[in-house]
Amino acid sequence: MSGARFAVSGTGDSPMAPSGTRTGVRAAAWRFVLQRASAAVLGLCVFVHLASIVYAVRSGLSAEAIVSRMHANPAWPAFYAIFVVAVAIHAPLGLRAIVDEWLGLRGFVVDAVLALFALVLLGGGLYAIRALAG
Amino acid sequence: MRPESRSARASVAADVSHVMSSQTAATFPVRIWRGDAGGRFERYDVPRHASQTVLDVVTHVQRHVDPSLAYRYACRVGMCGSCAMTVNGKARWTCRTHVDTVAAGGALEIAPLNHLPIVRDLVVDMTPFFDKWAAAKGSFAPTATRHDDFARVAPKSKARQAIDATIECIGCGVCYASCDVVSWKPEYLGPAALNRAWTLVNDVRDGASLERLRAVAGDGGCQSCHTHQSCTERCPKHLTPTASIASLKRRVAIAAIKGSL
Repeated sequence: MSGARFAVSGTGDSPMAPSGTRTGVRAAAWRFVLQRASAAVLGLCVFVHLASIVYAVRSGLSAEAIVSRMHANPAWPAFYAIFVVAVAIHAPLGLRAIVDEWLGLRGFVVDAVLALFALVLLGGGLYAIRALAG
Repeated sequence: MRPESRSARASVAADVSHVMSSQTAATFPVRIWRGDAGGRFERYDVPRHASQTVLDVVTHVQRHVDPSLAYRYACRVGMCGSCAMTVNGKARWTCRTHVDTVAAGGALEIAPLNHLPIVRDLVVDMTPFFDKWAAAKGSFAPTATRHDDFARVAPKSKARQAIDATIECIGCGVCYASCDVVSWKPEYLGPAALNRAWTLVNDVRDGASLERLRAVAGDGGCQSCHTHQSCTERCPKHLTPTASIASLKRRVAIAAIKGSL
């Protein structure tokens, strides 16, 4: 590279500059969309979850009573299924950014481990909901 | 004597008086980075003056104490963007930074900008910074020729007003040196390059908007911003790169959902 350069006269070939294939760019954009969308869903889900817990506790409902009500109403398992799916999307994507920025780890192996982590969250969460649904 | 001659003579007299008083002025300690990345701070005692800028301090050291001190400046009036340094831990334009406002406890520590390779002393290599402008497609891509009529852009239009909010960047690198994400993720394009990209995305005369969105949407692009707003807080031109980056994120997300990315 030749000496000093002003603004846009750079070549963009710095090893520090980002690069990516069209597929990689789309994937990065979709990761962003999915994380933000899942965050919005989670915000609502956490609010409903906490509000229902506060309501149940203040009403003096026992654990058995809560579970029996959930068995009676299919909306609750559906709600928690959405909650779990949002968690399974949001948490691995957030961890991906953290291990990238803090540990400098990235690439296929990291993505594979995080995909596995997403499946564990999804599987464990849906299994728990199945028990709630009765 | 003509009034302006009298005024000029008075000005010269004031300058002479200023120089003479500098020989007896009280001094204050200034620590300046010397050498490359493996260098160290060295202490200098610099005469203290009213309305003294940090650039004045550095200039004094080079002209009166150690001529080997390397630093960069050009216009001295906040236009060229070449004199940014780290002053008492924060990136600042030194020509418009008065010692009064930053010398905590009456002392100064002056270092080169963060996140850029040190050439020597206070001079950094800006190549990565400007390469990222290029990587973000920060150059205007015209759609008209010289044979076409002037483009008519309504000053009140939303796109033009978005440009007004971003166009005054002088490329000083203060935002880049202040950005946490750049320190964590070296390939991150940084606030200045993304601010420039957003400026051009809003330029109705430009023909590379989609390519530009693709350039800023990859890993290391606008989505990496954590919205810490250090760039906005420290920008000497009071721009808001954070808002530009947020707008780019929205535009990229819409393009991804529409399948046009």
